[in-house]
Amino acid sequence: MTMTESPQKHKILVVDDEPDLEPLMLQRMRRYIRTGVYEFVFAHDGVEALEALDADESIDMVLSDINMPKMDGLTLLDRIPDVAPDIRAVIISAYGDMKNIRIAMNRGAFDFVTKPVDFDDLKFTIDRTLQHIREWKEALSARDKLVVLQNELNVASMMQQSILPNKFARNDNYKLFGTMQPARNVGGDFFDVIGLSDDKVGLAIADVSGKGVPAALFMMSSRTLLKGAAMRANGPGEALTEVNDVLNEDNDACMFVTMIYAVYDPTTGVLTYADGGHDPPLVIHADGSSTQLPVTDGLALGVLPGFDFLQHSHELAPGDTVVLYTDGVTEAINAEEEQLGLDRLREAFAADPPGDAEDAGHRVIDLVNEFAGDVPQFDDTTCLVLRREN
Amino acid sequence: MEITAQRESETVIAKANGRIDSSNSREFHSNLEAVIAKDDPAIVLDFEGVSYISSAGMRVILITAKGLQSSGVKFVLCSMNESIREVFKISGFDKIIPIHGSQSEALAAVSA
Repeated sequence: MTMTESPQKHKILVVDDEPDLEPLMLQRMRRYIRTGVYEFVFAHDGVEALEALDADESIDMVLSDINMPKMDGLTLLDRIPDVAPDIRAVIISAYGDMKNIRIAMNRGAFDFVTKPVDFDDLKFTIDRTLQHIREWKEALSARDKLVVLQNELNVASMMQQSILPNKFARNDNYKLFGTMQPARNVGGDFFDVIGLSDDKVGLAIADVSGKGVPAALFMMSSRTLLKGAAMRANGPGEALTEVNDVLNEDNDACMFVTMIYAVYDPTTGVLTYADGGHDPPLVIHADGSSTQLPVTDGLALGVLPGFDFLQHSHELAPGDTVVLYTDGVTEAINAEEEQLGLDRLREAFAADPPGDAEDAGHRVIDLVNEFAGDVPQFDDTTCLVLRREN
Repeated sequence: MEITAQRESETVIAKANGRIDSSNSREFHSNLEAVIAKDDPAIVLDFEGVSYISSAGMRVILITAKGLQSSGVKFVLCSMNESIREVFKISGFDKIIPIHGSQSEALAAVSA
């Protein structure tokens, strides 16, 4: 990729067996050759032309006569795509030779000029052809970039799916279920379930800023850091404080992740949680009523080093269902551009209390999908559900 | 994602409009950078015309705030709708970036 401002020189291969075209072309186009607009190279039959195209990738277009020894212009037209698929050819034909002109056009010639050559018309035709080639190459380059981007997004999507737990241990005291419905452009949501000592279990839900590969990479490191911190730390507040401090090192890109990290103790039914700038957990009681757990005055992770994350504890009653969710749920948009909102979620469960953790998780996603209808969603839709059994 | 800017004494008042999400956050960033300078003493970013901001947009706000704060420039936000104000509260961003109810309150705060 050159960054020069000067207009690009275009190389044109002229193919003709008659010796008088070459000096005439050089003479009549001398102004454009001198100013570096065109460069002409010459071949005297189709075979020579193909050799020239094969040897020199910088040739932009071909200007060819039809009647030539060894290989004529019409055969040349057929063969050009094999050696130089992005080349366009203009045919020089005898005046009124409509039959060959039609054959040439059908074989992919871009345009034609007639003999005797009108050089003003030829100049116009060459410029039009070069313009077309430029646009064609730009379109190809845009397509290639799109393919690369698509592949990157597929990698991001695979990374995201691969880190999510998809089996949830069955336990008499509590049930767990988590699910994530990815947005078309791959967001950075994840959830995790971390086995801890004394039968305790760590539950995390998180939403990384931005989309695509950067979000997926930040998601991977956040998740790995949390796993390590969760094992070592004495409680969720300490775990988030540690993750935050590490994420703040070398974070010039100012990526951040919002997160709820909670530890559930099945022997006491107590849920201890810390808030990393994330939507607070929703507790749905057995009768369908619900409570939002108070937040701990947190901050998104990766924003401010040295921030001290606090924690709260809440005792779950038997039959209580804790729903951790990302804003892809509450900020789902419908055709009227309304947001789903937390109230609709609470109302849905008030009318029909969740049967178990898996039922609650599926119903959250179903509610989003019913609400959104055909409107494409910009964000991942993720929830992680814990239910204290009777 | 057009950003209009005006100057009130020494303060730049930048106004954003519409949705700020991952589809236009880069544009939002470059347009925001274009209207502010690190030698301005104070900048007010007015959210009155903004209907929604995603995490990609929040990141731009964070980068801008950190850059300006390290250069000693006052950077405040104002006139957010209720749901955007809630997003700044939940994420804790309101702990590191001052948010004011109206443009006049924001101007009074930065000139104090």
